[in-house]
Amino acid sequence: MTDLSPAEWTAIWLSLKIATAATIASLPFGILVAYALARWHFPGKMLLNGAVHLPLVMPPVVTGFILLILLGRKGVFGAFLASIGIVLSFRWTGAAVACAVMGFPLMVRAMRLSFESIDRRLEQAAGTLGANRASTFFLISLPLAAPGILAGAILSFAKALGEFGATITFVSNIPGETQTIASAIYSYTQVPGGDASALRLTVVSIAISLVALLASEIVQQRAEKRLASFE
Amino acid sequence: MIELDVALKVGTFNLEMAFRNDDGITALFGHSGSGKSLTLNLIAGLMRPDRGTITLDGRVLVDRARGIFVSPPRRRIGVVFQDSHLFPHLTVRQNLWFGRWFAPSRERAINFDAVAETLGIGKLLPRYPAKLSGGERQRVAIGRALLCCPRLLLFDEPLAALDMERKLEILPLIERLHTEFAVPIVYVSHATEEVARIANLVVVLNAGRVKAIGRPGEVLGPLGGESGWSRFDRVSVLTTKVCGANTAYDLTELKHPSGTIWLAGRAGPPGGQIRIIVRATDIVLSAGPPHDLSVRSSLSGQIGSIEKDGPLAVVEVILEGEGRLYAITTRHALDELGLDRGSRVFALIKTSALDERQAAVTPLSF
Repeated sequence: MTDLSPAEWTAIWLSLKIATAATIASLPFGILVAYALARWHFPGKMLLNGAVHLPLVMPPVVTGFILLILLGRKGVFGAFLASIGIVLSFRWTGAAVACAVMGFPLMVRAMRLSFESIDRRLEQAAGTLGANRASTFFLISLPLAAPGILAGAILSFAKALGEFGATITFVSNIPGETQTIASAIYSYTQVPGGDASALRLTVVSIAISLVALLASEIVQQRAEKRLASFE
Repeated sequence: MIELDVALKVGTFNLEMAFRNDDGITALFGHSGSGKSLTLNLIAGLMRPDRGTITLDGRVLVDRARGIFVSPPRRRIGVVFQDSHLFPHLTVRQNLWFGRWFAPSRERAINFDAVAETLGIGKLLPRYPAKLSGGERQRVAIGRALLCCPRLLLFDEPLAALDMERKLEILPLIERLHTEFAVPIVYVSHATEEVARIANLVVVLNAGRVKAIGRPGEVLGPLGGESGWSRFDRVSVLTTKVCGANTAYDLTELKHPSGTIWLAGRAGPPGGQIRIIVRATDIVLSAGPPHDLSVRSSLSGQIGSIEKDGPLAVVEVILEGEGRLYAITTRHALDELGLDRGSRVFALIKTSALDERQAAVTPLSF
């Protein structure tokens, strides 16, 4: 793998950067939405649930195009963001936004299941011991949901590494700025003699995904072992 | 002091109840589905009543008419649940400190080491709940609830999931909590002997209503006959005084105005009070003073009432001095002995039928 070209290294580096940023940035929102869906009753809950899952079922190109309409330089929110100096379209940050949106349903799903599986009576017990809602959330619910939160984060990260449709639609395929491994592979397959590069990046892509999944498996097993109840 | 007058409708179940206890251990007693756990949830603040009030030491916790509802964290009422509900991701020490951490420092009157010592959980501190046995978990759960220095401790059938040996280990602890740490207790249970042993006020619940309310001796004996209670649920409660011991045979002599009860083993210092719980099925009636019998414990009295129940009869014996005993015998035996209302009888109790379950050694304040 030492014979990766600088352009290929750049794509790998960018992919990791974008996926990491997307995962970290969406994490707090993911936890909040997952907890709300798992524990709260509020009007519009179904609507929120639907909206969160939309990117999972819509063609990625559509998601990318919607992002372009909303967050593009002349978009509904994009124009405002541009006026305060935040430009997302055709930037790596925009790619991170696209990846975060696409990975969000996977992230929320895993976290929601994890919050739902917590024995509600443990949270009640915390309440009777004097913990208010916020304390109960941070001291009980969040740590107990940690394995699921981690699983959600890994899924989102993996999704971000593989994201192609929404990213290329929203931020195009600019080497050094928005060209991730996926879009680089696509580019290489479009030019004569690019097969070798495409293959190398494919191997790298598989390796990164495997390492991520393995890491999540190990961390989850450790967490579950610690929590394992002895019945 | 706890005072409660509430109503709540859950599905088709109607709970409507009121009681007050100035001090000590209140037992909410009834079958499953009688509404006792629901009542406990109302006191803890885990549920809201449809109407009514709950007051603890003069502080209004709930008053629907005035729109008052104090949330559980602000009530400072410790709850020990049936299956402990320890936090699995925290060590025993962290579990114990959880409630304490939220208690205002000026109210942390209960000493950590004293609780660990009383409950015998000092060695468990670094462990995780998954590594504890059922009895150990329950002791930690009691410690956790106690260490938040609550104004009231609620127990929701804390012994139901434990075997007999563990029950015998934990029941005296609960009695000691009340005397050592001066916390009033509300104890939910469907086990007659537990209730008879530790409570100073028993609230008998049936289908969401208060069926009877009073001291264990007054309330538990007359219970029975109705559906759901078997003759084995019928107990009598006697307050006796330790008056001596037979060291050669390792027996304790307990004095009651109507006679003597012998207890196996040593129990408490002379002069101390012991509450004895006797099952109605463990009592033999004799028309005259017992001769040539292995039974040593004999109490004399008069038959107050006879309640016939098929081939059996429940006989109420009004003991000399104070108290009453309930004995179950066959109608056949009563007729042959010519026993009827007003007859003088001797109630014989087998010493071997009384074990730690039936003798509350800890002096209770009432």
